[in-house]
Formats: sequence, structure tokens, C-alpha cells
Amino acid sequence: METRLALPEEILLSVEKPERYLGNEVNAVHKDPAHVQIRFVMCFPDVYEIGMSHLGIQILYDMFNARPDTWCERVYSPWTDLDKIMRKERIPLFALESQQPVRNFDFLGITLQYELCYVNILQILDLSGIPLHAADRLYKKGYEPGSQREQDGSGTDSVSRTNPLSGGKMEPEKELLLGEGAPIVIGGGPCAYNPEPIAAFFDLFYIGEGETVYDELLDLYRSCKEKGVSRKEFLRRAASIEGIYCPMFYHPSYHEDGTLKSFSPAEEGIPRRIKKQVVKDLNLSPFITKPLVPFMQVTQDRVVLEVQRGCIRGCRFCQAGMIYRPTRTKSLETLKREADQLLAASGQEEISLSSLSTSDHPELEGLVTYLIEQYGRTKNINISLPSLRIDAFSLDVMSKVQDVKKSSLTFAPEGGSQRMRNVINKGLTEEDILRGAEQAFLGGWSKVKLYFMLGQPTETEEDRRQIARLAEKIAELYYDTVPKEKRSGRCMITISTSFFVPKPFTPFQWATMFTPEDYLTFAHTVNEEVKASLNHKSMRYNWHEAYVTVLEGLLARGDRRVSAAIESAYRKGALFDAWTEHWDWKRWTEAMEETGTDLFFYTRRQRGEEELFPWDFIDAGPSKGFLLDEWHKALEEQVTPNCHLKCSSCGAAKFGCGVCFNQEDGRPLLRAKTGQVYHYPVESCNPVPGAWKAEPGQIPGAQNQEHGS
Amino acid sequence: MRVRVKYSKQGLMKFIGHLDMMRYFQKALRRAGIDVVYTEGLSPHMSMSFALPLGVGMTSDSEYVDVDLVRDLPGSEIVRRLNISAPEGIHFTDARRIQTGKAHKGMTLAARADYTLRLKRPVRAASCASGILMEDTWTISWKQEFLDWLKQPQILVMKKGKKTEKEIDIRPLIYEAYFTGPDAAQGEESQGGDLHLGLGAGLDRNIRPELVMQAFAEQTGRTYDPFLFEINRDEVYADKGNDAAHDFISLIDLGEIIAGDNPASGVFGG
Repeated sequence: METRLALPEEILLSVEKPERYLGNEVNAVHKDPAHVQIRFVMCFPDVYEIGMSHLGIQILYDMFNARPDTWCERVYSPWTDLDKIMRKERIPLFALESQQPVRNFDFLGITLQYELCYVNILQILDLSGIPLHAADRLYKKGYEPGSQREQDGSGTDSVSRTNPLSGGKMEPEKELLLGEGAPIVIGGGPCAYNPEPIAAFFDLFYIGEGETVYDELLDLYRSCKEKGVSRKEFLRRAASIEGIYCPMFYHPSYHEDGTLKSFSPAEEGIPRRIKKQVVKDLNLSPFITKPLVPFMQVTQDRVVLEVQRGCIRGCRFCQAGMIYRPTRTKSLETLKREADQLLAASGQEEISLSSLSTSDHPELEGLVTYLIEQYGRTKNINISLPSLRIDAFSLDVMSKVQDVKKSSLTFAPEGGSQRMRNVINKGLTEEDILRGAEQAFLGGWSKVKLYFMLGQPTETEEDRRQIARLAEKIAELYYDTVPKEKRSGRCMITISTSFFVPKPFTPFQWATMFTPEDYLTFAHTVNEEVKASLNHKSMRYNWHEAYVTVLEGLLARGDRRVSAAIESAYRKGALFDAWTEHWDWKRWTEAMEETGTDLFFYTRRQRGEEELFPWDFIDAGPSKGFLLDEWHKALEEQVTPNCHLKCSSCGAAKFGCGVCFNQEDGRPLLRAKTGQVYHYPVESCNPVPGAWKAEPGQIPGAQNQEHGS
Repeated sequence: MRVRVKYSKQGLMKFIGHLDMMRYFQKALRRAGIDVVYTEGLSPHMSMSFALPLGVGMTSDSEYVDVDLVRDLPGSEIVRRLNISAPEGIHFTDARRIQTGKAHKGMTLAARADYTLRLKRPVRAASCASGILMEDTWTISWKQEFLDWLKQPQILVMKKGKKTEKEIDIRPLIYEAYFTGPDAAQGEESQGGDLHLGLGAGLDRNIRPELVMQAFAEQTGRTYDPFLFEINRDEVYADKGNDAAHDFISLIDLGEIIAGDNPASGVFGG
């Protein structure tokens, strides 16, 4: 079957990397549009090379296409060269496989992996000709591709601009039926845990892991479309599916000081709380049978084998470590089977083990041995092991799968001093790091990378200086450990610091940020100390962009009102903010000024412990009481043991799976803190009726654990 | 066993560049479960070589890659396995045993490549950004004029190398040129038709069909841009003769058919 291209050959051959826009990758799925009922297009709102490297989309792509009634395709952000041409020539954005316009699809799924891609979401909608606001999509079919950026903000949809989620009461137009207008725009992924800054642009959000209720949603869509219900009625019904959030049906109200007063359903029957979706058994969940193999080199040019989900560690800055709780592992048998399948179907020359902390997998040794024997020795398949703790076992493994001379070892102490590492609950001591480094040097490594964060709660100048001193100790250790005749020149210690951004659903969600100028001062302190070090010639220091950090902070903990600033920045030309060469702080400062968005309010204000947060209506597992407890312990520099050592009753046990349960008898490992009452705004955050039992004043998570015992 | 594999590259695959084709082919061999010999050394890689890189935007019926297999396999079986996971536009057509040694590599042997060129209509400007429709200077007479142009004893053009630019005579490297298709008498239609060119190929005498057409356009006052022609590579040949008397033989015909236990599933006509 010859695919008709959406772009003329002259355009394809004049833009950079035409392979981004063809959709003819090995294992790409092509179906006959006449024989499917649901057209789904999955979008990663960044450039192809980044989007193609994302595991989640591949899982859902495989899962959706396993349904005979559904054809799932892909789309990525057109790079800036093609973006210009598409706007000028009014070419509608198209799905890669069929090359047909996105606007005619039933669903547009957008994965939200980082906040800096938010303006790219508007690019996707605009180039598709889909009205930017979900509220407008109830009445308006669409616009000319790329024309909405050019509109000056007044005009036809001014009603929704002043009140983005008005529900359309003032609109004179007729409500569209499901399937008549734009696709249902649904978001998912880690940033969906605070969907509010982009709520105006989405019809639905899927909170949690995609493998669970998507089938239910697609079935509902089919039946609603067959019955001829309105788009709004479909969204209303979808909102009752567990894990599905439809922003249109919720109303925030604010205190005079600008903080959130209440957040509640606008209609009867809409759930007050949205419960995160969790795959209970990863051994039984869908996995990738036919991984897409791109022609061009992409960022993750290998097959990725997910070994576990969640993390037992509980670092207090880490959002992934909280929202993916509880930790669930795949069995060795499952992992072997999936590795075999992935490699056979893709022909890739590298396999990477993926998880938040691979060393915590109980059967890692067995898996690595299998991969080395089955593929490494005989078939020249590379094995890549990111996120390993450095110890004797991992060094032994790495020396088998890597070229020691070329590769470097990475440590992520995150904090320079032991005090700081206690604050963030990073269970890594200086002795651990030095012992690991010593073993590495003896094993032949001479390059070490160290990752830290600056601007974390309670951090002092002394803590920052400790970063350089730790690097100095490692450098000295190299010259003490490795005799002169065995050295090949200097060792190289690369220190990288990023600036800390507080994220929702972490103990640090109460933390304050700093100004970009402050951040740069922090980095200069480290730089000064590095330069003053005895072995400064063996060190290199890089730090992250300070202004981008502040923007990320605004978007991460923003509320519904922030969407106006995002839209304004997009109209000013913001695109690919995650790319240094396209990033422009000026657009954002103007956008914030014009929309009255107060950067101080969202980033540097001290949030009260009783404050209702815009994301509190989501139940991600760990309870707000637990997070607040952890926040207090951070300020007191107290460490919390990891989930293998001791259950801290975070609340994730309510999902009934994973590390929260004894592997032998399946009994919950609970240590519920009874009788403790948190000043928690239960009024606006009641659980979904029937989802689990909790009494007012008690921590829902802890209560549930009792209930489950 | 060293094998020469032949495949066609059509449709969307014309946008895939040479380096990406090399990456594709390595993965294709692994998917097919065909074990390839790896080079020794610090970073082992598959022992394989492509005869003649194909430019982006061109299609081909005859791409060649030479590869060393760990185990002997019938040609038909190699072709069958590779075609299972081949994307739309890639089709493996033949696989034959060749002799080892540098002198027998397709890369070393390639001496001539045949191309079919078709003028795209309407003749339009390359970049949509410019938006200008090109003045149609490729009227009916261009075909006859092209054949007349070739009657010159020498045709000097500037050829760009990686660093240098030098003037060369391309006339001796145009081995063959003729038209097929609509007759000149049939008015508007006659602007089309296919131009067949047999051109020098390989390491030191490679000339691309675009170079010939650009030279013709410039020397006869016609507009030219890289998207003017659809170009297909038809075949690649070695030269068993010499410059005085060429004896071109296609790269696949230099290989020896590898019969297998089950030739029925093969590509040799069964």
C-alpha cells in the first residue's frame, strides 16, 4: 500500500531530517481506516528524536493497536523549519502513519513529560486547526492551521479567554455532537499530576498508568458516538471513569491573597477526587511486542526494558519517587521473555534496563547474567545499565559490559554535605561515595561524574562549598589509590549542578524557590570553591540555566490562572523552550506581565502548611499528611528508611500491590499511625465515594491500610 | 561466506539517507536471525560494505551490500528472511556468494550505474518558501537538444569534491543516453518520457545524474533545480573490460547462486 504524503516532496527534501515526518519506521502499524472505528493519535510535544525515545508511548501504541477497532498513530512537534512552512502554507498537522490531518481524529493523546513542553502543546493544537480551549471545542469545529497564534487575543473566542472554563453558557452556538468537531484532547504522564496550568487546553486528563482504564474510555467513546450524544455529554460520562479528570466540570475559587479557597465539581455526579491508576501486576500488564525502530538516530537508540516501576528510596525532592508508588517489580521470567521479544523484533544492538533505581531490583544479578551470556558474548549486543548504585557488584557488571577506559561512572549525591543529604533523604553517605570511587579507580576507571542540586530547602553557603570539597576528596583518592605507572594522565571529575524545582506530591511541595540571580550566585560559590581546590585541574564544573529553572517552577506548581501566561508566551513565539537555542526569557516576562501572572506568588512565596494546593484533588497515593510529615523531618534533618527496611505508611498501600505487601503471604506490611490528625482540608478533598473508606480527620492512606489488613 | 545482497529502495524510502540505510541493514540482519561476522578490535562492528551510496531523493532497483555471514545459507532463504521485516519500499531481490578480498568488493568494482530520469510536471520551483513557479524552459525540444549536446567531443563541468573544486570532462563518463516513452510528435505529452543514462560510477569516476542535467541546463540556458527530475537507479555494473573496450556486467551477475535445500521458495524463478 503506497502512502500518500502530507508534505510535497519539495518540502520534505528542503527541511532538516525528513525522516521525522514519514511514519514508515519498522514495526509502525498501518491499518485500513475503513475497518476501524476509533482513530487515536499519540503525541509527544517535542521533536521526533526525543519523542521516539519515550517508552510510555510505545507501550500504549502497542496496546491500542491490539484493539481491532482502533488505529493508533503518532505525531511529534514539527521542528522550527517545518513549523514555519506549515504556517505559511496552511498545511494541517498530520499523523505520521496515515499522513492524515490530526483534526479529523477521534482522540489526540498528549504525553506530558516535562513542563517546558507546554507551549509546544499549543503548537500541536494550532497547527492541527483545533481550537486551543477545550471550552471552545464544544461549539467550534476548528480553525485554519496555524491561524490561532496570529489572533490577537480579542475577537471570536474572547468569552473563553476571560473565563476559559465557562462551560459555554454564554455561547449562542449549537453544541457539537461527539465526532463532529475536534478530537478529544487527553493528557497523561507525570505532569498530569498537576494539570491545572494547562487545564484550559485539555478535554480530559488521564491520571496514572495508561494500561488500566483506557479500554473503558475507548468503549465509552464508541457507544456515545453511536448513540449520537453531544461532546459535552461524553466528557461528562468520561469524568466518572476512575482516574479520568475532566477540568471543564470543576470550579476553583480563590482567597483574597490569591491562594486556592476551594476546588469542587461544578455538577452533581462528578467525582470530588481523582484516584491515580496503577497496574497491580507488571507481569500481567501489556508489554511491547513490536518496538518501533526508527531509521534516523534518536536519543534513545536502543530497546528499553522496564524492570520495575516506582522507587523505594523516598528522596524528598523526587516526584517520580512519590507518584509511581508503590514499587512493583517484574519477575526474572517476565524480564527474560520481554528482553528476548524486544531484541528479536527490533534488531537493535543495545538493550537498556530502565527504572528509577535498578540496583533495588531483587533479581538484577540473574537478569544481567542472562543478558551477558545470551546476547553480550555471542551476539555483540550492548547492555546499558543506567541508575545503578556504585558497589562491588555493579562495578563487576559494568566492567563486563562497558569499555572501562572510555566510560565514566556517575554518582548522584544530590547534596554536597551529609547534612544536606539527610535533608533530602538521599541515603548515600560520603563513605559510600568514596568507597565506590576507590573500587572504580582500582577497576580502571578514571572518569567520574557527580550530580548535585542547588537551592534546596535549608541549604547554606557551606553546603554548597562542600560540593567542591567532595570532588576534591575523590580526586585525591584517585592519586592515592592508583600508582603513577598505572595512571593514564589525570582523573577527570565532572561536577554538574541543576537548580532544584519543587514539584507537586513531594515533601518539598511546600519549599520556596529563589530568583535567577540567587541561583547564579549559588553556582558561582561552587565554581569559586572548585577553582580554589588543590586538584582543580582534574575537575570540571557545569551548571544549569537559572531562568529556565524559574519558569519550570512556575509551571510545576501553578494553578488554572497560569494558562493565560502560557498562551500569551505561545502567541509571542515561544516554542521548544527545552532547547537552549530557542529559549527566550523575554517572551515569558512579557507574557507574565500582560496576563498579571505573579512569579513571586508561584515560586518564592512561603506556602502555608494548611494551604489547599491546586493538585490536592488528585489522590496519587502518598497522603498529604505523610508528605507534610516528611517535610517536617527534612527541616529537622531526619532520615526516613526506605520501603524495604520499614513501611512509613505513606498511603500507597491502598493500591493493594507491590512492595507494600509481603511477598510470601500477600499480607500488607502496615504500620499505620492511628489517631494522628492532620489539619487537612478534607472538605474539598473527599475521596471518590466508594473508592475507599476514610473518615474525616484521618489520613486516607493510613485508614485504608487498616481497612486492608 | 561472503554474500552480495541486492535490494530495491522505492517510495518513502527515498528520503532515508545512506548512513541510516547502513543502520537499517544491521538491524534487519539481526531481525532476520542472520549471524554476521564482526570485525576484531576495540569496537567490533558488522563486516559489511555498500557498493555505491544512493543520494537522498533517489529511488533504486539495484542497491548492493556485501556482507560476511557466520553460517552458509541458501540465497533464497536470506532473501525470504530479510523481506519478513522489511518496511514498505524496501524489497530484497537476490543474494549470491562472492569471492572474498578487496578486489571483489562491490565498492571496488562499481564502474557504471544506469539511471532513469523523468521530468516532473508541472515544472515548479523547488522550495515552497520561494513560492515562485519556475518558467518552463523545458519545452518539447529539450530531448533532441540534449542528444545534440552529447555529440560534443568534450563537456567540461566544475565538480565539487569534499575540499576542492575542479573542472572535469564528463563526456567520456556518459556511456549511454537514450529516451523512451511518448513520441516527440505527440505535443504536450512529449515533454515527458524517460531519459536513460549510463554513467561512470565508483571511487574515481563517479558522476551523478544531477551533475549531467545541471550542466546541460546551464549550458543551454534552462532553469534547473534539484527537484526537477525523478531519478531511479536501475543497475550497477563492474567493468570486466578496459577503457578502450568496456565489458559491463551487473554486480549481481558476478555472484554465484547459492543453492539451498529448498530452492522452491526462492527468487530464482523456483
